[in-house]
Amino acid sequence: MSILVDKNTRVLCQGITGKAGSFHAQKCLEYGTKLVAGVTPKKGGTFVGTIPVFDTVEEAAQKTGADTSMLYVPAPYALSAIQEAIDAGIKLLICITEGIPTLDMAKAVEYAKSKNTRLIGPNCPGIITSGECKIGIMPGYIHKKGRVGVISRSGTLTYEAVWQLTSVGLGQTTCIGIGGDPIIGTGFIDALELFEKDPETQAVLMIGEIGGGQEEEAASFVQRNMKKKVAAFIAGTTAPKGKRMGHAGAIVSGSQGTAQEKIAVLEEKGVQVVRNLSEIGSSVKQIL
Amino acid sequence: MKIHEYQARTLLENYDIPISKGEVIFDLKDAPAAFKRWANPYCVAKVQVQMGGRGKSGGVKRVQSPEEAKAFSEAFLGKPFSTYQSGGESKTVHSILITEDLAIQEEYYLGLVIDRSKNLPVILLSKEGGVEIEEVASKNPGAIQKIVFSPNLLSKGTDILSITEKVFPSKNIAKQISAITVKLARLFVEKDAAICEINPLSLVAGEKVMALDAKFVFDDNALFRHEDIKALKDPEEDDARERKAKEMGLSYVSMSGNIGCLVNGAGLAMATMDIIKLAGGEPANFLDVGGGATADQVKEGFKIILLDKRVEAILVNIFGGIMKCDVIAEGIIQASREIALQVPLIVRLEGTHVKEGRELLKKSGLKIISCLMIKEAADAAVREAKKFRNSHVHSCR
Repeated sequence: MSILVDKNTRVLCQGITGKAGSFHAQKCLEYGTKLVAGVTPKKGGTFVGTIPVFDTVEEAAQKTGADTSMLYVPAPYALSAIQEAIDAGIKLLICITEGIPTLDMAKAVEYAKSKNTRLIGPNCPGIITSGECKIGIMPGYIHKKGRVGVISRSGTLTYEAVWQLTSVGLGQTTCIGIGGDPIIGTGFIDALELFEKDPETQAVLMIGEIGGGQEEEAASFVQRNMKKKVAAFIAGTTAPKGKRMGHAGAIVSGSQGTAQEKIAVLEEKGVQVVRNLSEIGSSVKQIL
Repeated sequence: MKIHEYQARTLLENYDIPISKGEVIFDLKDAPAAFKRWANPYCVAKVQVQMGGRGKSGGVKRVQSPEEAKAFSEAFLGKPFSTYQSGGESKTVHSILITEDLAIQEEYYLGLVIDRSKNLPVILLSKEGGVEIEEVASKNPGAIQKIVFSPNLLSKGTDILSITEKVFPSKNIAKQISAITVKLARLFVEKDAAICEINPLSLVAGEKVMALDAKFVFDDNALFRHEDIKALKDPEEDDARERKAKEMGLSYVSMSGNIGCLVNGAGLAMATMDIIKLAGGEPANFLDVGGGATADQVKEGFKIILLDKRVEAILVNIFGGIMKCDVIAEGIIQASREIALQVPLIVRLEGTHVKEGRELLKKSGLKIISCLMIKEAADAAVREAKKFRNSHVHSCR
C-alpha cells in the first residue's frame, strides 16, 4: 500500500519535449513508472525515446489510459496547461514547474478543487512510492520500500531526509513534495490524512520551513486526528526576517512564520521535532 | 519586488484612487519650487526608501517654508538612512516626496495580501490605521475585517459596501472606502501584486477619504508579464551581492557569519545554515544555486561568496536531483582554479551522478575536503574556518 500513486498508476508528462521534461521522463521510466504518454502542443506524432507525444492531454489520456499528469510546462503557460489537464479529466496532477505567478496558482487551485482534481505542487520535486512509481525529479536510488510517509515543502532537503531514512533501514512508503510556494494544491493536512489511512505507513515525517502557518495548522491536525507518530524538521532557524529564502513562500513577515514559532507549536501538540539535520533518520527510528 | 511610495502613488492615481497632491524631487534645488507649488500653507516632506518606520526615524516632517523644505532635502538626499525596522541595514536616499499638508481627522487601514491558508487574496480593512497592522492584529484582532476573494471574480462593489457600511457608520465614508477597495483589488489582480497596503487611508476635511501612504510589493514570478512594473525597480535598493546573484539566476542572502555556503535548493540551503550554527559556527550567507544550475552559475556563486571578506571557509552541500553532481563538481573545479581559492573548501555531494562528481573532484588534484555526511561536513567547515583564521592572524603578525 501507499498513497496516491503505485505501480498501476498511468502517467503522462506535459512539457515532455523540454530539457527538464525529457530528461526526467526518461528517469521516471527507468525507475519503473508507467509513463505512457507525453504532451506538447504541435509535437504530436513524435516520440521522446519510446514515449509517444500527443498534441493535447485529452488525446493522450484517451489513447493511453493515463489519468495522472506530471507537469514541466514553463511558468508563463503553466496555468493553461493545468486547466487543460483538469478539463481532460486528469485526476492527479503533479506540477513540478517553479516560478508560477501566485495569482495563477490561486486560480489553478480553485479550479482543481471545483473539478475534484488533486493538484500537487507547484515548485515541488513530485511524488514517489518507493519501488513502484516515481513522478518527479527526485533521484530514484535514494528511496527504499519501507514504513515512513514523508511530506515536504522542500526539494533537495527531502532527498537528504529520505536518504537518511533509507540509511537507517526504515525506508519510505510514499514521499510527497508539496512545494515551496505560497499557494499550493495539496498541503500538509491533506497528506497527513492520507497517510493516517494507509496501513503500511507506520509514522510520518513532515519537513517544513519558515513562512506561512501551515505547519502550525498541521500540528493541531496531528493532535486531534492522528494515531500514528509524527516527526518534523523545520528549516530556517537562522533565517533573517523579511528576506525571501529562495522559495517564494519562505519568508518571515513581521513575527509570523518563524522556525522557532513552528517548532514550539509542533512540540506543544505532540509532534517530535528533530533539531539537527543529520539526525532525521535516527530520530524517526527512535519514535517507531 | 518593492517599489517606492511615490511610484505607488502614480499607480493609485492611474486606478482613480484619491491621493494627496504633491511631487517627488531628486535634486535639492527643486525643493523650494515644489514647496511653493503644493503648500497649503505647509507641506509634508518624506524620504523615499523602501523600509517601514520612516516617520518615527525622522524621515517624515511637516516643513513650513521653502527653506525648510530645502534643508530637509539637504539633510537626507544622497545620505544613508535607516529605521528601527530596517534591522541595522541602511539605504541611500535618492528622492524626497513633497506633498500638501492635510488636516487628518481619522486614519484607517486598507491592505490586500495573499491568504496562504485560504489559497486566495484577502482584503484587510480596519478603522485602526496609521499604526502597524500587525500591532492591531495582535492587540485587537476583531478590529480587522477580512474579505477573501477569487481573482477570477473581482470583488463586486455591492459585497464590499455591505461590509464597509458595518465598519463605518457614515454612509458617505463607507461608500468612498468601498469604491477605493474595489479599485485597489483590481490593481492587485491586474498587476499581480503580493502586497498592496494603504496606511493610513485618511479621512480629511470635507469628509474625503484618501491614500496618504502606500506600500506595494509585486510578485517576482509575474514580472515577465508586467514590463511597466518591472521598469519601476530601483536596483540600488538591493544589497550589491544580492543583486549580482540575481543577475546570475542565483538566490543569495547576506548573513553576518564567516562560513560561506553554496547549496542547491532553498530548504537544504536553510538547513545547511542551521547545521553550521549547531556545529558552533556562523553562516556568512544563504546561497541557493537552484535546480538547473550550470557550471558557470556555480562559479559565479563562489565569486559572490568571496566578495564577502569575512568568509573563512566555504561549505558546498549538494544533493543532486535536477542538478547533477558532476556538473557541480565541474563548476567547483573551474571556479577554484580561476579564482585561486585561498579559503578552505569543504564539499559534500550526494544524488544524481554522484560517483562521477566525486571522481572529478578527486582527479582535479585540488585541496578539497570531501565529506560523505552533512554533519561531518559542517564540523569540518567550522574546524577549518578556525584553522584558517589562526594561520591567517599568525601570518599577518
